[in-house]
Amino acid sequence: MLTIKCPWCGEREQIEFTAGGEAHIARPENTAELSDEEWGAYIYTRTNPKGVHYERWVHSHGCGKWFNAVRHTVTDIFWDVYKIGEEKPAVPEDWDGATTRAQYQAATQKTAAPDGNEK
Amino acid sequence: MAEPGVTQRLAAAGAAFTDPPAEGTVSTEPGALDAAGTRSPLSGLLGPAGGPVTFEERPFVGKLTLRGDPSNADFMAAAGKVLGTDIPTDPCRFVEHDGFRVHWIGFDNWLIHVPEGAEGPLKTKLEAALEGIHSAIVDVSDYYTVIRVQGAKARRLLQKGCPIDLHPRTFGPGQCAGTVFHHAAIFLAQTDADTDGGASYDIQIRWSFARYLWDYFVDGAREWGG
Ligand SMILES: [Zn+2]
Repeated sequence: MLTIKCPWCGEREQIEFTAGGEAHIARPENTAELSDEEWGAYIYTRTNPKGVHYERWVHSHGCGKWFNAVRHTVTDIFWDVYKIGEEKPAVPEDWDGATTRAQYQAATQKTAAPDGNEK
Repeated sequence: MAEPGVTQRLAAAGAAFTDPPAEGTVSTEPGALDAAGTRSPLSGLLGPAGGPVTFEERPFVGKLTLRGDPSNADFMAAAGKVLGTDIPTDPCRFVEHDGFRVHWIGFDNWLIHVPEGAEGPLKTKLEAALEGIHSAIVDVSDYYTVIRVQGAKARRLLQKGCPIDLHPRTFGPGQCAGTVFHHAAIFLAQTDADTDGGASYDIQIRWSFARYLWDYFVDGAREWGG
């Protein structure tokens, strides 16, 4: 069971949500001109990464709203959630999904501290 | 005497859909009928009395859903004027005014509870006030019913099936939320906090799921007697 943060309602249990697959897949404008391969790629081809995944969720039993999320597919830890239409958040390349965003940022600040005692 | 099995126990609690409720859990009163003679889904069922948690159906509460764009000042002003109160924009909050209760469901979606019979006139008034403004009003009165749960163990009873943390540190009077109770989708509003550490909740449930929820409540409250 995951705990997922709805951008409006806050932290709720996964049972209240429905997953909506990969995010940021735009429907092609020129559908009549697409080849079968191009159409198939739009419908079926997904990045399926081991690691950072941008995906859609809907708070189906709560506010009923769709939103986007960044989840690490190995650890199921969410980097962030954001509303539809908002900018895709950048994720640092060295984030391994073992920590939350807050933990990662706290650790990064520590190692970058001027006294240099950490690391 | 042998310990009763789960089936008998649930049947005694009136938990099976097909079984008639057990003796002593049904009122001899005719039960709640609306103006058209419709029987409410929990009509005639009696919840526990005198224990630390009680629950009862509030049949035929008038219910409207209102949809519109909260960033449209015309919409907000027109709806607020008819309702006599600003419609809430904070997530999971409701406001009460003059017998009306306006709940935030989603950022462009509100649920309005009014006394039985007031939903029709209110719908007409809202439609007139929102003429030409992008919005929608739907009468959902007969789609749901409401169960009021209250008492010192009310929160404990709801936590048996609801995943939201209802502890006072995170949830209190004036807050509401769409969620689930086991397999049933519910809309929950905390209407009051009692002085004895208990609380009062209104649970809105789909008409056809009402008996499922009721029977779960009956079974869940058995440990406290009543
Ligand atoms: Zn939500």
